[in-house]
Amino acid sequence: MSSAVDPACSPTPPHALDVERVREDFPALRQQVNGKPLVYLDNAATTQKPRPVLEALRRFYEADCSNVHRGVHTLSQRATEAYERARELVRRFLNARSEEEIIFVRGTTEAINLVAHSFGRHRVRVGDEILISAMEHHSNIVPWQILCEETGARLRVAPINDEGELLLEEFERLLTSRTRLVAITHLSNALGTIVPVREVVRLAHERGIPVLLDGAQAVAHLRVDVQELDCDFYAFSGHKLYGPTGIGVLYGKAEWLEAMPPYQGGGDMISSVTFEKTTYNRLPYKFEAGTPHIAGAIGLGAAIEYVTALGLEVIAAHERDLLAYATEAVSGIPGLRLIGTAREKASILSFTLEGVHPHDIGTILDHEGIAIRAGHHCAQPVMERFGVPATARVSFALYNKREEVDALVRALEKVREVFGR
Amino acid sequence: MTDLRDLYQEVLLDHSKRPRNFGVLEDADHMAVGHNPLCGDKVVVYLRMEGDRIAEIRFQGQGCAVSQASASMMTESVKGKTRAEAEALFERFHELLTGKEPDAAEAPEVGKLTIFAGVRKYPVRVKCATLAWHTLRAALEQKTEAVSTE
Ligand SMILES: Cc1ncc(COP(=O)(O)O)c(C=O)c1O
Repeated sequence: MSSAVDPACSPTPPHALDVERVREDFPALRQQVNGKPLVYLDNAATTQKPRPVLEALRRFYEADCSNVHRGVHTLSQRATEAYERARELVRRFLNARSEEEIIFVRGTTEAINLVAHSFGRHRVRVGDEILISAMEHHSNIVPWQILCEETGARLRVAPINDEGELLLEEFERLLTSRTRLVAITHLSNALGTIVPVREVVRLAHERGIPVLLDGAQAVAHLRVDVQELDCDFYAFSGHKLYGPTGIGVLYGKAEWLEAMPPYQGGGDMISSVTFEKTTYNRLPYKFEAGTPHIAGAIGLGAAIEYVTALGLEVIAAHERDLLAYATEAVSGIPGLRLIGTAREKASILSFTLEGVHPHDIGTILDHEGIAIRAGHHCAQPVMERFGVPATARVSFALYNKREEVDALVRALEKVREVFGR
Repeated sequence: MTDLRDLYQEVLLDHSKRPRNFGVLEDADHMAVGHNPLCGDKVVVYLRMEGDRIAEIRFQGQGCAVSQASASMMTESVKGKTRAEAEALFERFHELLTGKEPDAAEAPEVGKLTIFAGVRKYPVRVKCATLAWHTLRAALEQKTEAVSTE
């Protein structure tokens, strides 16, 4: 590929990410797979974890392990403080107004299901409409289908163009007096498209319609300010942001959360219970029934501190460089078709290779120590839209480097060689 | 590269690029659809039976090289066989893929299918190789609902 840049001609900007330094923080990166150094390019599925996150988990279980909000003893106080400190870190990370707007859940999927269940019960009736886009992950489709089935509401889908960009005029046309909620991704996991969510929110709010943003992919790559976006709900998963699995966040504007009925019933979400009447706890606890994933929340807090210390803008610039470098490098490969060529993209490169199924690409790359995703990426409607059964997807994180892109390109040449193309 | 070639042997690549017995069988009396929901592989198997014997077999589908080559080679292996013979062959084939029976590769009826022994090292790909066979079994049982490898 002719895209290799002479390092002498591209001086590193003052605040560039020192990628070799940060790689030291991720123990999992230092291993061989099939006799080759691991090249981990499946970050949209989940990211590797830096040492401070692993340390936070260990510290909790070794020293502070206890339940939260329930004990007068020292360990319980420490656990509660650490858990609530994590909530404050999330609040600051999203720039939410208040901690009561930060609800810990299992992940993006549970966050969306919570809204579908509680907001849905509260606001959605027969004949109403929920508007999503054609590039949603199944977790931002199926909960709304279930809600529609239960209530007799209708799911509407805003189309995308051949580049994988939301058609804003069509979107606007689909906003009607019956639309109760817009639920849309911030960054598409299958295409890498950055959706102009501020514009989406503006158009919806002009008509008094609330908006939920699926931030599962976005939070690790874009700076998110929920007040600036003015979205009503924002959902994300800790594990795609260098944090543990099993922990995620639902941000919701307090007005909505106050008005919505609880999601699950149980301990912690009540302030008093008799068999005649139960009074629900205040926010955010009303939506956190049962013992939460305490260690997970603390680990997520550590992950947020980690990326914040590196600087979100610095990470984004590094990943932008990688994406541009990779896009140019693979463009020279005969028979390679990029799926998702939006003007505004981040971190994701989806493609097909003529005559080779993505699974075979995945197996051959794995043989070279390179981890990518091959499949429909839980976005079958997107695959259908582009007329492909599946794609191969490369997705970047802050610890990836250009040499890994070079390894990828060499491995793709090998794929063509095996398949005689 | 050498063990990659164990999986992607020339015969396998040839069958995946130029599948045999590919297409709809107009006078089929048995049919089944198989899916691998994880990867979107799809196989449709059509049969025309003469008594207990598979007189004619065709398939359609899309998916990875392993699933398509396996379907293609399966049609060649079971044509003319009885139900019981086809079932027995599937058993052998399965043992070959999962490595439970190291001698399976030696069984004479397995024949050309031994090339799939390379799949053994790629456990996630076993489903790709067996999709067509599961679908064949469903067709023989004349199951009407779609089968799935999940
Ligand atoms: C855009 C998008 N939304 C939602 C999800 C679901 O996230 P989780 O499985 O962590 O709940 C994902 C994860 O793959 C995603 O990429």
